[in-house]
Amino acid sequence: MDKLYDQKKLNFKSLLGNYTFILPALIMFLLFNVYPVFLILKLSFYEWDGISPLSAMKFIGVRHFIEIFTKDKLWWESVWHAGIITLLALTLQNALALILALAVDKGIRGGNIYRVIFFMPPVLSGIVIGLIWKWIYDGHDGLLNHFLVSIGITRFEHMAWLANPETALYAVAIIHMWRGFGWGFIILLAGLQNIDTQLYEAAEVDGAEAWHKFIHITCPLMIPVFILVSILTILGTMQIYDLIVSMTNGGPEYYTEVPITRILASMQGENRFGYACARGLVFGGMLLILSMLQIKISKRLQKNL
Amino acid sequence: MMAAFVLIVIPIFSSCSKKAELNDEKTLLIWHWMTDRDETFQTLAGQYKDQTGIDVRFELYAPSDVYTYKVRAAAQTNTLPDIYGILGESRDISKFVNAGYVPDMAPYLDANNGEWRNVFFKEALATNEFGKDNPFKLKPGTYGIPIDVTNIQMLYNKDIFKKAGLDPDNPPETWEEFLDAGEKIKEAGYSVFVGGFAEIWLINSIASCFAINLMGFEKFENTLKGDVPYTDPDWIKIFSLFDEMSRKDFYISGIVSMVNKQGERYFAREEAAITYNGSWSVNVYSGMNPELNYGTMLPPKLKADNPVMIQGGAGSSFFINSRSDKIDVAVDFLKWLTDRKQQLYLAEKTNNLPSNKYTFDEGSKGILQEFVDDMDKMFHPQTMRYSEHPRVLEMMGKGIQAIIIGKKTPEELAREVQELKQNLM
Repeated sequence: MDKLYDQKKLNFKSLLGNYTFILPALIMFLLFNVYPVFLILKLSFYEWDGISPLSAMKFIGVRHFIEIFTKDKLWWESVWHAGIITLLALTLQNALALILALAVDKGIRGGNIYRVIFFMPPVLSGIVIGLIWKWIYDGHDGLLNHFLVSIGITRFEHMAWLANPETALYAVAIIHMWRGFGWGFIILLAGLQNIDTQLYEAAEVDGAEAWHKFIHITCPLMIPVFILVSILTILGTMQIYDLIVSMTNGGPEYYTEVPITRILASMQGENRFGYACARGLVFGGMLLILSMLQIKISKRLQKNL
Repeated sequence: MMAAFVLIVIPIFSSCSKKAELNDEKTLLIWHWMTDRDETFQTLAGQYKDQTGIDVRFELYAPSDVYTYKVRAAAQTNTLPDIYGILGESRDISKFVNAGYVPDMAPYLDANNGEWRNVFFKEALATNEFGKDNPFKLKPGTYGIPIDVTNIQMLYNKDIFKKAGLDPDNPPETWEEFLDAGEKIKEAGYSVFVGGFAEIWLINSIASCFAINLMGFEKFENTLKGDVPYTDPDWIKIFSLFDEMSRKDFYISGIVSMVNKQGERYFAREEAAITYNGSWSVNVYSGMNPELNYGTMLPPKLKADNPVMIQGGAGSSFFINSRSDKIDVAVDFLKWLTDRKQQLYLAEKTNNLPSNKYTFDEGSKGILQEFVDDMDKMFHPQTMRYSEHPRVLEMMGKGIQAIIIGKKTPEELAREVQELKQNLM
């Protein structure tokens, strides 16, 4: 009995010791991650200008959410714009990242140099990238137009890519993909290098060609990595902000507005903190649903392959 | 364990000691966002310390949107410094006043027969004044102290005017003359107009100037009040001006995605003949192209009977924290800062217009004097009886961008803006 008691005491002590070690991190997490979420949830039910004392807030129930879902056309347009950029990033950006990762994995010459080059854009500041590309896209003395004219394409001599509603969003999307594919490349390359080479050797012995090896070995084993890259792409792209602010500021008119710029507009210009919080919650909910759907679809795919 | 102590305890103690230092009677803390003036502020702070023994600490937080968030967060946590600036419109200032973060400066300004009040351009003080029937229901008073003034005008490049066969000393005065001049500038191979039209406040500013001239001040204010709709023919005419300039190909390529800084660069590089910019740009242009030969001109007149007015008022203002226990020390410093000698130093170092009207008594400051000469033509949205809702302003500015790129007609914009205005009323 005493032995059992001692054992329990020891277990409790060890448990307490373990929790003591994670306590600082837990407190930080609760304070800076969990508490703000509850505060945002609370604020979304209140009318508040962000300056007056919290005691001056006015409870308005779900009125903000009703406004978002029934009247806020601009908000849904901004979600649509972010959706277009996300779709392009999911397909073109990740396809490019995969092709390059496969090439480097196959041991092409200078693989390490490519790794560094491909990973340079993601580590640069978004604002700096945006300003540089804004100059490249400039309609008056931009590098892109000079290049196009120099190769004989004179049609675009004075084309202001970021001021034209037909091209502005896609011009930003291209830079976003250029900036973001390095992440995908690094993660996909790490995934590819984790695949046991014996599997490929066995397939070769059985007479499998490169395409078959890719479809029947690489793809199924890479599905968890694809899921990770896709989720990171969706979350990163839907929350695009720095490039938009530095390149177009949401313009011309509302053609490149994205959810984050609209959330900020309701906080900064209109002083509607409660409404901004409601927009933030709706946006967060959408991203959560998207990510869960993505995981579900990917798991089903993994089973079928 | 030792590492935890170093990481957690030492920063807490050091922040406490910093706070104690700042609570000292002899130290004043000031927050600002003015990157171009920071060095000058630091020099002035040094001079003030030598003269009075008071240690004034200017802390710079930039860019301006970061500063805005910092001040708002500090207001919430009751950690505002002794003196700070509020970026925004009268609506924003009123919220700080209403929340009890800003004292009325009128008693200090009016002491000794208004000795301090009398040194300011009245338009500069008016920007921070709330009158009897102000829409924000604030106690009437003057809540901020302007340290400089600004006005926004059209600027034209005299050398390009000469090359285009135009008289550089007589810029166009009417809309028709402006259009004729534009055609000649185009023929000379230059873009006619450049400006930071990605920034909607600048578009709204020029639209307001045109509107006040065309419809008169009262009708303009009645639009803000909601008595005159934006579908009024005068408003459609205002929106049509932007359309006309676009159809005549007056704008530099990509103007709607151009921030003001970019517009300033093109004007400084003499790629466009005319721009719309504030007096602060004198400093910018002298840095970018000291040889730039330019002058100011009023926005072209649309109706001869009505005066042309330009937007202007206090450029940057400081507000005292009403919860500071050093209000009198702060007042003394602001009095010193707005004194003629310090104002002259600020104007010379930063090329901003001084808020003290006696600063340039002993000689002009070239192009700055041209801005000063038009101080009597100024209006400021903050001094009006009514203010427009930020969402209406956003839609109008963005809508004018759409007109410029041919995606909207003036009539469509007028209808949309009016619809939003009605929904918000």
